[in-house]
Amino acid sequence: MITTLATFLYNIIFNNIPLLYGTVGEIVTEKSGSLNLGVEGTMAIGAVFGYIIGCWTNSLLLGVLAAFVFGSLCGALFAFLTVTLQANQNVTGLTITTFGVGFYFFVGNGLGSDWPVFFESEAVVKAFEPIHIPFLSDIPFIGKGLFSHNILVYLGIAIAVLMWWYLKYTKVGLKLRAIGENPAAADSVGINITLYKYLNNMLGSGIMGIGGYYMGLKLSGSFEGTCWINGYGWISVALVIFANWNTAKAILGTLVFGFFNALQVSKGALAYTFPNVLGWLADIPIQLFQALPFIITAIVLIASSVKKNSKSGEPAAKGLNYFREDR
Amino acid sequence: MKKLLSIVLAALMLVGCIATFASCSETPATGAPSDFKVGAIYITGKNDTAGYTFAHANGINKAVKALGLPEENLIVIDNIPEDTTQVTTAIDTLANQGCNIIFGISFGYIDAFDAAAKNEKYSDIIFSHATGYLSSLPGESAGYKAQFNNYFGRIYQARYLAGIAAGLKTLEVKNNNVGYVAAYGTQYAETCSGINGFTLGVLSVNPDAKVYVQEIGNWADETLEAQIAQNLIDTYDCCVIAQHCDSAQPQIVAAKNGAFGCGYNSDMSDKSATHLTAPIWNWEVYYTAAIKCAMETPDKFMDEIGIYYGGLKEGFIDISPLTDNCAENTKEIVEAVKKLMIDGEWDVFSGVELSYKVEDGKVEIIKTETPLLKNDGTPAGAVDDGVIKGSMAYFVKGVVEAK
Repeated sequence: MITTLATFLYNIIFNNIPLLYGTVGEIVTEKSGSLNLGVEGTMAIGAVFGYIIGCWTNSLLLGVLAAFVFGSLCGALFAFLTVTLQANQNVTGLTITTFGVGFYFFVGNGLGSDWPVFFESEAVVKAFEPIHIPFLSDIPFIGKGLFSHNILVYLGIAIAVLMWWYLKYTKVGLKLRAIGENPAAADSVGINITLYKYLNNMLGSGIMGIGGYYMGLKLSGSFEGTCWINGYGWISVALVIFANWNTAKAILGTLVFGFFNALQVSKGALAYTFPNVLGWLADIPIQLFQALPFIITAIVLIASSVKKNSKSGEPAAKGLNYFREDR
Repeated sequence: MKKLLSIVLAALMLVGCIATFASCSETPATGAPSDFKVGAIYITGKNDTAGYTFAHANGINKAVKALGLPEENLIVIDNIPEDTTQVTTAIDTLANQGCNIIFGISFGYIDAFDAAAKNEKYSDIIFSHATGYLSSLPGESAGYKAQFNNYFGRIYQARYLAGIAAGLKTLEVKNNNVGYVAAYGTQYAETCSGINGFTLGVLSVNPDAKVYVQEIGNWADETLEAQIAQNLIDTYDCCVIAQHCDSAQPQIVAAKNGAFGCGYNSDMSDKSATHLTAPIWNWEVYYTAAIKCAMETPDKFMDEIGIYYGGLKEGFIDISPLTDNCAENTKEIVEAVKKLMIDGEWDVFSGVELSYKVEDGKVEIIKTETPLLKNDGTPAGAVDDGVIKGSMAYFVKGVVEAK
């Protein structure tokens, strides 16, 4: 019984951490006023390059760095198109999704039989294994559920907390939020809007790229018919709203979305272990769980628009291009 | 700055256009050996290294080569989802490029193929649809202008053989739990008959075994396939993971956990060190026959090929070579049962149960008349090809639904 629950908790975190990377990356991007809908594509590009470089160099660290760098190149492309060329942000984001997923297949198919085999990169396999933390990992239930994860799980949470601090307490973060709320006002006090937008788009997209790399590692780098990211990028976009543009709340949001995501796989196990209490879970069709993230987001959107309080973290200038001469 | 950029971009596009047109004018090669063209529409990428599309692509490539057609006469459109608009566009593209026969490999292409076969302007093209149930055979449905058939195989026969390998492994490791990652359950006769065939194979060697079937609700979702395989191992302590889904994820997960596995569609032993054997399709058997007939006697395609439903006998269905992971005597028993099916002396759903005695490498097969039972204990009744292909919607005894 305890094992089933501990496994369930473990799966919630292990399988859904990419959502946290995607969400945190998107929040950092959106706080600068850029609505980048290209999360799916950015994650795909980070994934494919992170994986290949990680395997070639046999180093998880270099893989993560490569995923970050190639992810941030997508961010730079987005910033170039929307900040420098003033292209429409929605269209550009969607383009990056199409481009990224297409490029993922282009690179993978191009490598063909040269595609690196995951289990031959022993150092990467080893580095991605769960870490045993003395004492903490031995606690019953939560030891397996919370403290027996791989390094990238902890890195994801650390990045989320770090970004929360960056946005909330640093001077740079304050300037960034000013740009997201009212770029004209920020411009008038001498903040370099172009520079800030470029850097934060790149930072956000880089974080998304690491999330993509995680997806690839989780699937043991097997390159087949479906893209590794498989819609997680889109769920991340929904999670941003759920988390109210707060990267710390994104951790909670990941757990909530992850709960339902894990439930679609584990509901049978739970019904089997607790037939009297949770037996009804077995009769719920799996498709309902696949729709749930979006249903929850719709409910959150409705709830927050009904409440209409000033606490919404949504940047006022999100999705709008800033052009100084328009002032 | 912006003006300069747009000029540069425009210039680049112009160069691109010119390059494309220039390469166009080079293509018409004179004196091609044959102007017969084969078209194919794939659900995922043509360069996949395992799985459903890989098996088809491999088959068509082999058939085209065997028949001496030049490579460029095979026109492939891949990554086409089960979306009627997209499939129709793909069919139009292939038809406009002069394809004489067009294959579609996924079930959901059915409406687009149906519509194309009824379209006057495609009346001289042969449409061939895998796993479907529609055809232009006389009496089935009126209104077809083109020849239109469907093709599929008795994969349940191979699954029974894989079941034997899995069952013997459960005896060896003394663990009666087998997991089965299934795209769908009883909704499709294809998945249902496969699960039942596999289970009957497992039970023929280990009557105490249980096959835990968990459904994905999707034909191809690597993420879920991996998670569900892990769940079957974690929850039910399964020691063998079988699958009816596209990717090799269940096998990779099984290997990671030290469990054994039976893949599907292609030999997955290069993906997993603990692989036993996989039910596989030799699609080239059909593709060679179909393309040959379409080249030589195109008007008689429906008479000679018609609705194709091949099995072990035709070599259309088989299992991948047994690996060294297999338990003792697996090879002997599997060979003996395979021979029985090839000779047409016995079939999986015939209501006759097999059991085996092995002495000095000689297998004695004992047949017992036992009516097929559903997993709720009621008799399943007679099972003919129509049931296997179209209406089977129950699990046999021994299957546990891990919903």
